[in-house]
Amino acid sequence: MLVDYSPVSRIVGRLTGPGKRLGVAIGAAWPATVLVVAIILVWEFYTRHSGIKPTTLPAPSRVLQQIIENRQALIDNALPTIAATLSGFALSVASAFISSILVDFVRPLRRALFPVFIISQTLPLVAIAPLVVLWFGFGLLPKILLVALVTFFPMMVALVQGYDSTDKDMEWLLRSMGATRAQVFLKARLPSAIPFFFTGLRISITYAVVGAIFAEYSGAAKGLGIYMLSAKNNFRPDLVLAAVFCSALITLVLFGCTVLIERLSMPWEQVRKDDRK
Amino acid sequence: MSASRLSLRHVAKRFGALDVLGGINLDVAPGEFVSILGPSGSGKSTLFQILTGATTPGAGTIAFDGAELTDPAGKFAFMPQRDALMPWRRVIDNAVLGLEVQGVPRREAHRRVAPLLEQFGLAGFEQHYPSQLSGGMRQRVALLRTVVQDRQMLLLDEPFGALDALTRTSMQQWLERMWERHRWTALLITHDVREAVFLSDRIYVLSARPARVIREIAVPLGRPRTVRDLSAPEATRIEAELLDALLGSASPELA
Repeated sequence: MLVDYSPVSRIVGRLTGPGKRLGVAIGAAWPATVLVVAIILVWEFYTRHSGIKPTTLPAPSRVLQQIIENRQALIDNALPTIAATLSGFALSVASAFISSILVDFVRPLRRALFPVFIISQTLPLVAIAPLVVLWFGFGLLPKILLVALVTFFPMMVALVQGYDSTDKDMEWLLRSMGATRAQVFLKARLPSAIPFFFTGLRISITYAVVGAIFAEYSGAAKGLGIYMLSAKNNFRPDLVLAAVFCSALITLVLFGCTVLIERLSMPWEQVRKDDRK
Repeated sequence: MSASRLSLRHVAKRFGALDVLGGINLDVAPGEFVSILGPSGSGKSTLFQILTGATTPGAGTIAFDGAELTDPAGKFAFMPQRDALMPWRRVIDNAVLGLEVQGVPRREAHRRVAPLLEQFGLAGFEQHYPSQLSGGMRQRVALLRTVVQDRQMLLLDEPFGALDALTRTSMQQWLERMWERHRWTALLITHDVREAVFLSDRIYVLSARPARVIREIAVPLGRPRTVRDLSAPEATRIEAELLDALLGSASPELA
């Protein structure tokens, strides 16, 4: 156990119950918060005293001011990005789930499909994104497809690895009870994959937002990607950074959601962690 | 033995070049507690793989209640070496796993398990997850999951092998009392000589690979048994005999 002298953890030590849990969360977040604040302060100091032009590097305070002034435009452009991210991600998770089951039940399929999936991961997004937009237009569809393309493989690999992590004794036990292949899958292999699934989910949700922005960058009517592109073309790095801030915020919120869902769907893991304390 | 529940004749198995079972002859009568004692890696678990249908015998015949055993489904309740409890299931849901596979409705399954919770020392822990239990309790959940399947015979694969010495002894005592009460027909795999003597009516000693039965010893101790009975002259004689048989077969180069 690490000795923690931080003021927050000293206060947390005196709390109990749900207050304590919240306190622990704050306690865990404070080093990152301090680091981010420090970086912003250095950045602010540098832009004020080095004489660098705001069209090259705007101060964080200027970016914040732009966020407030352009909040309506930012929200209008963030909404399609969120929509593309979520629908693309949903498509990706659903198809990864279905194909992982197929691959689990039909072994030869695994050998046939995995090379294709690996190749799909080597396609450079820079080259593929404009093509997908060319084929499917400026609407939502090409964005959904690109988000699905970048997130499908990590989800698929996570699920297949999860199935394979199943305790062999557990499967033997189920077979000895007369379980069918489908029962073994539902009662042992699928639950064994849950932790892997959430690891995959956390990794690919961050890819998903980047994928959506990339797709918009290659051509869209609205969205943070196209907003960044036109801000850049107008020599407004402050607006580019304002949009970057929005995309980071979206990613963080979505990441937080996956962590929350993970906790809710694995109560036994929570019990284990609480007992360790 | 005319009325064997389980009867193995010349059962052999090899995995590729590895000759694991070299012709096993073995009988278990109804209501009898029989142990198989053997050095590690002697293919004891392979025997259970054959009986549970996880693998097929290379040669030999297996009879169950006098008829040739073609489909082992529904005959045996098996308890694997590590408890194999599902961490995502609560105690009660782990216990009813076998009934669930059989298609017994959830409520009915819970109703059948409920009266046994007390005997198994699990009352009040139904809603706990396995990670919240001690090693001994986990084994009791695993054994409960085994016996509630209501099969004609129990197959126990080194059930207490992973426990510390003290917990193991108390679990053995507990299992002996449980067996007194229920008189399950049971086949136990172990490499613990005292455990075999304490629990069994009869003990088979297997040789190192390829495994053969090199010794068969009846344990004429009365029941119920306590740990003290293990220091009776009869018990120590059997223990010594078993050890001799085991050591003689396990490491011939040292003999």
